[in-house]
Amino acid sequence: MLKLEKRRQPSQVWAYLAPVVAVVATMVAGGLLFAFLGKDPLLAIRTIFWDPLFGEFAFYYRPQMLVKGAPLVLIAIGLSLGFRAGIWNIGAEGQYIMGAIAGAGVALAFYPLEAWWLFPLMVICGALGGCLWAMIPAALRVIFGTNEILVSLMLVYVAEQFLASVSLGLLKNPEGYGFPGSRNLQQYPSAHNAELIAGSGMHWGVVAALIAVIMAYILLNRHLLGFQIRLTGEAPRAARFAGVKPKQLVLLCMGLAGALAGMAGLFEVAGPSGRISIDFNAGYGFTAIIVAFLGRLHPVGILLAGLLMALTYIGGEIAQSSMGLSSSAIQVFQGMLLFFLLMVDVLTNYRLKLAKAETA
Amino acid sequence: MDLSAINPVLLVASLMVAATPILLAAIGELVVEKAGVLNLGVEGMMITGAICGFAVAVETGSPLMGFVGAAAGGAGLSLLFVALTQYALANQVASGLSLTLFGLGLSALIGQRYVGERPPPAQRLDLPVLSDLPVVGRILFSHDLMVYVGLALVVAVWAMLKFTRAGLILRAVGENHEAAHALGYKVRRIRILAILFGGACAGMGGAYISLLRVPQWVDGMTAGTGWIALALVVFASWKPGRVLLGAYLFGGVTVLQLNLQAAGLAIPVEYLSMSPYLITILVLVIMSSHRSGAPASLGRTFHASQ
Repeated sequence: MLKLEKRRQPSQVWAYLAPVVAVVATMVAGGLLFAFLGKDPLLAIRTIFWDPLFGEFAFYYRPQMLVKGAPLVLIAIGLSLGFRAGIWNIGAEGQYIMGAIAGAGVALAFYPLEAWWLFPLMVICGALGGCLWAMIPAALRVIFGTNEILVSLMLVYVAEQFLASVSLGLLKNPEGYGFPGSRNLQQYPSAHNAELIAGSGMHWGVVAALIAVIMAYILLNRHLLGFQIRLTGEAPRAARFAGVKPKQLVLLCMGLAGALAGMAGLFEVAGPSGRISIDFNAGYGFTAIIVAFLGRLHPVGILLAGLLMALTYIGGEIAQSSMGLSSSAIQVFQGMLLFFLLMVDVLTNYRLKLAKAETA
Repeated sequence: MDLSAINPVLLVASLMVAATPILLAAIGELVVEKAGVLNLGVEGMMITGAICGFAVAVETGSPLMGFVGAAAGGAGLSLLFVALTQYALANQVASGLSLTLFGLGLSALIGQRYVGERPPPAQRLDLPVLSDLPVVGRILFSHDLMVYVGLALVVAVWAMLKFTRAGLILRAVGENHEAAHALGYKVRRIRILAILFGGACAGMGGAYISLLRVPQWVDGMTAGTGWIALALVVFASWKPGRVLLGAYLFGGVTVLQLNLQAAGLAIPVEYLSMSPYLITILVLVIMSSHRSGAPASLGRTFHASQ
């Protein structure tokens, strides 16, 4: 009979090892799943994890890593601050949508103006849109003590309906022959979030994601606020004695997460996606939750986890076209990753011991 | 706009149908939370139940078997939650989220083969005299069996929690797991049973949507019902009777907004579709001012060595 025994100190080794073990376990379990679906498991794993990086068409897929990874990292960095402090913003998807709508709305309002300040203004408005949307659950929690998990999630559905409404109405392309969706921002030079170096996949969102990683690292390791965030998560009572103001922390963490998610949405709509449409959002806000945990809520970890998750998106698309592996199989695969991570994580705080019989 | 097209009797009758999935999922989650466990995976278990029930019903041709399959599917997925939270002692919020993300993917994967299929129709209850009563018959006595199963479950859970020893133990585990453990109750075992019950109920709630309300298979068709069910438990202050009240309230809102859409109200469809979610938020805000009734150990991890 195996028994868990609490460690005095969390294991440093397992803290680093757990994500790796989780990825390996997911590959094994995912391979079994693919075999069950009648696909060659080794080929599938190779197609997902190897081909985008080193395969024949890697020159095309490598830039995609940055394109898909940037929004995931950007959102996950914001979420990780809150998660560390026990503030559960799981509505990043909604904040992403609202940021995109706010930023694109500004661009479309000025159409067809050509001005250097338009894009920066869009970024600011995108961040504001996401921030304000996240402020709703934050304010309700601070004022009324309402559960922020449920409110932030409900607002995702509200945002999706709002997205449908604006792409059919307010922001609809007047020259779009009645089809839903806005003008294409890629054809609007002042508003286009173009690649900074052609063919590299590097757009302003990637730059913002890298800056966010660095800022979050400094915040958590070198700044009093970061200390307060960590303290609140690990010892809420001690945090109160240390003078942490929990309400301010909620507003700040949620606001930051919302702003980053909103910016991610804006960079996406002004760049790779190009236009506001009914199904413009691709679930990055939810996948970013997996990224945040897989990166152990640590900025550098999140950067790596974001790239890994981007790899599964791209590899999944390749496997979809070359092997007929369905996109939902990839979704299951990504879900497994979080599952195994949480499972393995027990070894960070506990050690396994052989025990005789259970007493109670 | 033509409001006279809305028939109040049919409105109330369809309210009971619209409320049933939320009711089933919420009463299951209530038992889970009473045992001190917060399972945020209701949405994932519902959608898994929806596709499992759909698949079983299509393959066997029996809606009843479909619901059995749905309960098994929901409970099966909740086993993952058991493994994570009761054995690996993982954070319950994160585990619940992983369950939902996993369940959404899994259901889409299974569902591929069933897009466009039609499930076997379920029998309506048809009592000789009662169903023919003028207004009352249509509202109360002519639904499918699951509407009454849902009601019966609410009564059963209420009676179990209030009058039985098992209910007392369940509440003890949820209020103070250390004390319950010290008294010799098997905290983990009781919680596992509660989680499985919650999973089965959520699964049946999901199948009610895919087999009876819609009835066909669409990816992600539960569309947040599981999250509304979670909110409903808070709204109900963890009391079964108020879960029923709340479920009918949400069912009423859903049906009313659908009716208003059909009647061509001047408000755009998208804004009407937002209303159930907005009302959920509103209700949460109102209820959060007096948060009595939450089990004291809710969401806390239990390990006998601590």
